[in-house]
Amino acid sequence: MSKKQVVTATINGREETFLCEPRQTLLEVLRDVLRMTGTKEGCSNGNCGACTVMLNGRPVDSCLVLAVECENAELETVEGLAAGDQLTPVQNAFLEGAALQCGVCTPGFLVSATALLRENPEPTEHDVRWYLAGNLCRCTGYDKIVRAVLDAAERRRNAETV
Amino acid sequence: MAERTISWEPRNENEIIGTDVERVDGLEKASGHAKYSTDVNPKGTLHVRLLTCPHAHARIASLDVETAKKVDGVKSVHVFPGREPGLEIHFQGHPIVAVAAETIGQAAEGVSAIEIEYEVLEHLVDEFDLAGAVKTGRAKPLRITEEGSIGQAFAEADAVVSGFYGIPSITHMCLEPHGSHCQWPGDSELLVHLSTQNVSGTPGQFAQPLGVDAANVTVNCEYIGGGFGSKFSADEWGVACAAISKETGRPVRLHLDRATELQIAGGRPSGFANVTIAADENGKITAWDSHHWGTSGPDGGTISQVPYVIVAPNRRVQVTGIVTNTGPARAWRAPNHPQACALTDTAIDDLAAELEMDPLDVFKANLDLTWNPEIYAGEIDVGAELMDWKNLWQPRGKWEEGGELHGLGMAIHTWGGRAGPGNCTVRVNRDGTVETFAGTQDLGTGTKTVIAMTLAETFGVPLSKVKVNIGSSKYPACGGSGGSTTVGGVSGPHRRAALNALWQIFDLVAEKHNVEADSLKAVGGKIVSGDETVCTWDEAARLVGPMGLEIQGKGPEDDGLTDQQVGGVQMVHAAVDPETGVVRIVKYVAVQDMGLIINPVGARSQILGSMIMCIAYALSEERIYDEVTGRFINSNLKDYKLPRIGDIGELVVELYQPDSEYQRGVVGLGEPPVISGGAAISNAVANALGVRVPVLPLTPKHVLDAARNA
Ligand code: FES
Ligand code: FES
Repeated sequence: MSKKQVVTATINGREETFLCEPRQTLLEVLRDVLRMTGTKEGCSNGNCGACTVMLNGRPVDSCLVLAVECENAELETVEGLAAGDQLTPVQNAFLEGAALQCGVCTPGFLVSATALLRENPEPTEHDVRWYLAGNLCRCTGYDKIVRAVLDAAERRRNAETV
Repeated sequence: MAERTISWEPRNENEIIGTDVERVDGLEKASGHAKYSTDVNPKGTLHVRLLTCPHAHARIASLDVETAKKVDGVKSVHVFPGREPGLEIHFQGHPIVAVAAETIGQAAEGVSAIEIEYEVLEHLVDEFDLAGAVKTGRAKPLRITEEGSIGQAFAEADAVVSGFYGIPSITHMCLEPHGSHCQWPGDSELLVHLSTQNVSGTPGQFAQPLGVDAANVTVNCEYIGGGFGSKFSADEWGVACAAISKETGRPVRLHLDRATELQIAGGRPSGFANVTIAADENGKITAWDSHHWGTSGPDGGTISQVPYVIVAPNRRVQVTGIVTNTGPARAWRAPNHPQACALTDTAIDDLAAELEMDPLDVFKANLDLTWNPEIYAGEIDVGAELMDWKNLWQPRGKWEEGGELHGLGMAIHTWGGRAGPGNCTVRVNRDGTVETFAGTQDLGTGTKTVIAMTLAETFGVPLSKVKVNIGSSKYPACGGSGGSTTVGGVSGPHRRAALNALWQIFDLVAEKHNVEADSLKAVGGKIVSGDETVCTWDEAARLVGPMGLEIQGKGPEDDGLTDQQVGGVQMVHAAVDPETGVVRIVKYVAVQDMGLIINPVGARSQILGSMIMCIAYALSEERIYDEVTGRFINSNLKDYKLPRIGDIGELVVELYQPDSEYQRGVVGLGEPPVISGGAAISNAVANALGVRVPVLPLTPKHVLDAARNA
């Protein structure tokens, strides 16, 4: 077994230093080493999007990223979206739009949707469906999720103009 | 004067029930703080990987686990009971050994170090292969049921149509896999965080094989990542997790990996049928003759309920179960019904085509053969309006638009949904807050929210004053959440307990304020008598004394709070690309009754989810076994094709709740809307294409094959 490595990364705005094996994925380290279990595991091979986090501003499947690749990286997980009790427009829109059932896919959808709206604040319905195609919801909230993301886009715009 | 009888409020007097209420556990879920069993991971937890059988049918020839024990980090190597040389295994994925280690990687290394050999035996994994099953002695004896005289009915009929239809096995595919986290806080005391639909029913399933008292087992499940009927039991891997924890003195987490989850922890039986159906010239169905076969896996069970909802007066139904080496079935949402509907309503649609009639008229002409003609007639009218059916419908193969072939299809369904057993303890605290404890669980369906709404409505307090405690086997026992029994199973007992508590409080208020107890009502945070406010809710609650007031509720009871049996109609507008065979859902309408609706937004959410599950099994989802190797070749989320967010089209939900529905009380909703979508989509595609694509899912290949063979 290879030696453990020390990795330092910024997670949700806080610098964290952790020990990990070279073969451990970012998902495994988040969940099992750092005990940040908001990021979910649905398949561990890049097919469900439940593990989506932002790595240097871009959404990635954390089950496909090795933790050692995150040296000096800027990471953002679902736990970092809200500022304390202050939910983001995306989170609020998901709650009010009933866009979640069991909720296991929700963190991945929230992170992907947040990334979308940062990249493209005025997405069309087609843009939303295209961008979120990597996230799987079995329960399945797709219809409400599309509406919630469009609603969130509008809330963000209004918040900016107010 | 309010009489003291158990009932719901008159429809127009509700303040909370019947309004859209956001789910009460939404914040935890949307912030990443909700803890599922997969998230329970205290320091010191060991992780487990399983060695499972890669063959569909084999016998263990030899098994040596000694080398695995020496792998770095491995703390326990647990051989499942009975896994010894000579044991015959009947499906791929059968668990043999569990290896627990400090990390999941080390556990996987431990699994690789196990030495095992198999004697591979002949298998049958083709569920459609009735002839093969008969030849190899894997067909169960034919069962025949008959009613009336089909011979005479067929002879006298104006139209007789024969067809072949099929619906393959699918899996449950819960996004959170099956599994648990186990620890032993005391020597003989077990704490399990289990991903379960059955909090109250599972402690005994752990206790018995582990040789401890059920009283010393606690099963907790506050959040669960999908169940759909597959998570009622402790499962042998759950018991293994607890046993390893006991052996090592460490907390242990054991959840199935995705491939194993698909192979062994879910499965809906398949059904294939040859059907002959007959009608008179008005489309009135007179006879049904079918032979269906299929499998629930190694035990060779098959589906029931054929013919479905519309039951011909003269009929013969022949059934053959076949024994296959495929993963064993579990109750998949609305067991038997989606398959029975996909074998029945397709045949009715083909009959309509033969008669050159609009299938909507044929369904309507036969509603007297259903259990409740009025409900279906009402719902078909509503659905037809929403779909603009009468304007859009064309005979088969006649509607081309923008290079696509378009069509409409419909189907109808039914489900029981009677309230399941349930108990609760409702407590009114002196500060006016209300709490409840119930050993039920919320699968994401909104159970917790429905309970909170029931209590808030009854006590006339805002939802913020109500705290709902569920998800522990130490709370008053409730039935498992299956068969659409939960909403009635929890709302009934909570309404009963809350009314009984409220009446006691009314007595205290009456005495203190010198008013007639029977004149009192609790609304808007106040206790009122007619137009007069007698006191605030908080003042009233203070009268219960320092201990608070605790009342037990139970159910089901025959007091009118709950009822059973629903209908439901679904209609689909589909478009087919004749070049590629790709089917697109243009619009999909669901009309559903469910008695009294507590939380419309939750109900709508359940129906939308079901509709997309229907799109899944109608268009792409299927368990595929390779006939040569016997392996489940798409047991991963790339090849096990589920719709993505762009694949679903316009969905329209209509909650059918005339006053007659409200008055019959609460009926369960989880199963019904997931039933008839498969048949409705198949019918829409047949209408578009001009021919039936006989077997679901309607993949491009199946569609093009059917078009070519026409
Ligand atoms: S867990 Fe990473 S994509 Fe499924
Ligand atoms: S809400 Fe359960 S998987 Fe999406």
